[in-house]
Amino acid sequence: MSSTELNQNATEQYQLLLAAIARHRNDRGALIPILHEAQEIFGYLPLEVQRTISEELNIPLAEIFGVVSFYSQFSIYPKGKYRINVCMGTACYVKGSGDILDKFKERLSIDIGECTEDGRYSLDACRCIGACGLAPVVTVNDEVFGKLNADDVDGIIDRFEKLEDIK
Amino acid sequence: MNKVCVTIDGISLYVPENYTILQAAKEVNINIPTLCFLKDINEIGCCRMCLVEVKGAKSLQAACVYPVSDGMEVLTHTPKVMEARKVNLELILSNHNSRCQTCSRSWMDCELQALANKLSVETVRFEGEKKLLPLDIGPSIVRDPNKCILCRRCVSVCKNVQTVGVIDLVNRGFNTRVAPPFDMSLSDTPCVNCGQCINVCPVNALHEKSDIDRVWEAIYDPGKHVIAQTAPAVRAALGEAFEMPVGTLVTGKMVTALKMLGFDKVFDTDTGADLTIMEEGTELIDRIRSGGKLPLITSCSPGWIKFCEHNYPDMLDNLSTCKSPHQMFGAILKTYYAKKNNIDPADIVVVSVMPCTAKKYEAARPELKTEGMPDVDIVLTTRELSKMIYDIGIEFPELGDSDFDSPFGNASGAGVIFGSTGGVMEAALRTVSDLLTDRSADNIEYEEVRGLEDIKVAAIQIGDLKLRAAVAHGLGNARKLMEAIRAGEQFHFVEIMACPGGCVNGGGQPLQRSDFRNWTDYRVLRTKGLYREDRSSYIRKSHNNPSVKKIYKEFLGAAGGSKAHELLHTHYIPRDNYK
Repeated sequence: MSSTELNQNATEQYQLLLAAIARHRNDRGALIPILHEAQEIFGYLPLEVQRTISEELNIPLAEIFGVVSFYSQFSIYPKGKYRINVCMGTACYVKGSGDILDKFKERLSIDIGECTEDGRYSLDACRCIGACGLAPVVTVNDEVFGKLNADDVDGIIDRFEKLEDIK
Repeated sequence: MNKVCVTIDGISLYVPENYTILQAAKEVNINIPTLCFLKDINEIGCCRMCLVEVKGAKSLQAACVYPVSDGMEVLTHTPKVMEARKVNLELILSNHNSRCQTCSRSWMDCELQALANKLSVETVRFEGEKKLLPLDIGPSIVRDPNKCILCRRCVSVCKNVQTVGVIDLVNRGFNTRVAPPFDMSLSDTPCVNCGQCINVCPVNALHEKSDIDRVWEAIYDPGKHVIAQTAPAVRAALGEAFEMPVGTLVTGKMVTALKMLGFDKVFDTDTGADLTIMEEGTELIDRIRSGGKLPLITSCSPGWIKFCEHNYPDMLDNLSTCKSPHQMFGAILKTYYAKKNNIDPADIVVVSVMPCTAKKYEAARPELKTEGMPDVDIVLTTRELSKMIYDIGIEFPELGDSDFDSPFGNASGAGVIFGSTGGVMEAALRTVSDLLTDRSADNIEYEEVRGLEDIKVAAIQIGDLKLRAAVAHGLGNARKLMEAIRAGEQFHFVEIMACPGGCVNGGGQPLQRSDFRNWTDYRVLRTKGLYREDRSSYIRKSHNNPSVKKIYKEFLGAAGGSKAHELLHTHYIPRDNYK
């Protein structure tokens, strides 16, 4: 995208955000639904977005950031094209999802919550997703990979790399 | 108020129905231990130190927030209660950075230490994970997250009392911390450096940035002429650091101690306060007569100034252009005083002893300079001064009295009451009234602007003028008043102080533990001390202060004149809220 397109895109996103705020403004506990919508719109909740919400709702930025940092579904980092989620629920954890997570970190050189510089992959650890029969489980966007071990990680990434190369 | 009957440890009594168990227990002289609880500021029952048994309740209850009811029976020291409190405290201690020997809070009032003592915690059975997190060192305030026990008093005072709200709990579970958003430094937020967070912190997670070493360095530099100037509120609280009763006035002992520390001269910032009244009074009269911007709002409180720059950038023209008293006085010391005494101003080190943490930030503002030199070089809080006195072993309560040094000597009683909310207003009224009516008024105690009411409004008849005045203290009240002014409420003159109660409760004042301040409003006691000194002053109006008259006559010319403007006035800058 050119920079004008980018700006236009950002303006549209902000208009959507302001509309979402207007919709919820008078509700009790408006903050969390607005944060959800904001994350839908922007993909994540950067400083500028939280600041806008803070000014519009008259809630201190520190309080909003407190809420955002409390819930794991909110992110202050942009998400990748491929959003990797490693399940840390009890079943997955005892079957070695910690090692799998470490392997992803190593392969992608990013930490939990972060995104690779090329914007391709982001990595998160999540709570139980209810697929304990397949433990340990990893999801990439909506696709589920089950009964994994750390050695499978390279294969998963290679598959998506290949997909990108074809494009 | 209806009363209900409760029984506490077998003692039955009637208490108002809106009481908590904590309050009811106090009535029968039982002081239930608390940690997170701070009356009117933080009443959330999160630390679980005040647990008690309530007959019929399933589990132990937090006395600080549990309301009484008729027929309630409470037990405050059963083995179950004592064990629960102890375990909870051990858990808090398990990941606390307990290097008490090197903690600057140890010598004062560490509430955590006191509580561990009170609950006889002799060993900590649990070892929590201790992460070493970096300090956040700002111009006035230092945050040490390793000392924080997550009581949230600072969060409450910042968000609810001051409506600044730059810190909150972030993350969850074991990673929970009190911090500004996005891991910023406080310096990058609209923090106004008021230091109220320090005053409420039970441990050393918040403290002022110490400038003690810089002061010693200056004192022991033979080439430097080191001057101390002390703000009015300091004398009403310094004694507390040496276990003197709250409200004891220690003006003379303070001057003696400063001389013993090695300052070349000790002056009274009240002289600067008298100058401020001359300038601000003149400014007010000018604005009223010439149809200038009204209301005129005071500019003595640097916390308030920064708050205004962040939140009311459209109303900066309402602020008086007067520098704050210690800055004015600093400018006079480096010009008039230096010249008169043949001292190179570059060799003068002005040290302001202030009840305030925001003054540290203020003194470093680039616009507060005269001929390229800062008006004030170093700011010490009252606490830092008490630490210096303590460190070298001066037995402060035993000291004799000394007078402030000539040539400025003692200032007016009007300058003294600057330390309390309404004091600047009253001092200004004493002078403006005389100047406008051209006679000396006898009735000079303006009761209507005194006291701890949130916002005080008064209409004062001065000659033909009905002067509408308003006084707000604490930034939450300031915000309410500013919104009212924005909405069209008319005043001539408005006094705003950042700290609740004014400077007597500044962020740099000696700390008072919650088990005292939950039951006694120390602000009232400190304020009484100041009004006492005013009443016993020979001169009670700023314009009658002989050294102020002399400064104008020999040096400045007219109040509000060009020389005065060059040295004693400043300007303000609209500021972004987060970088």
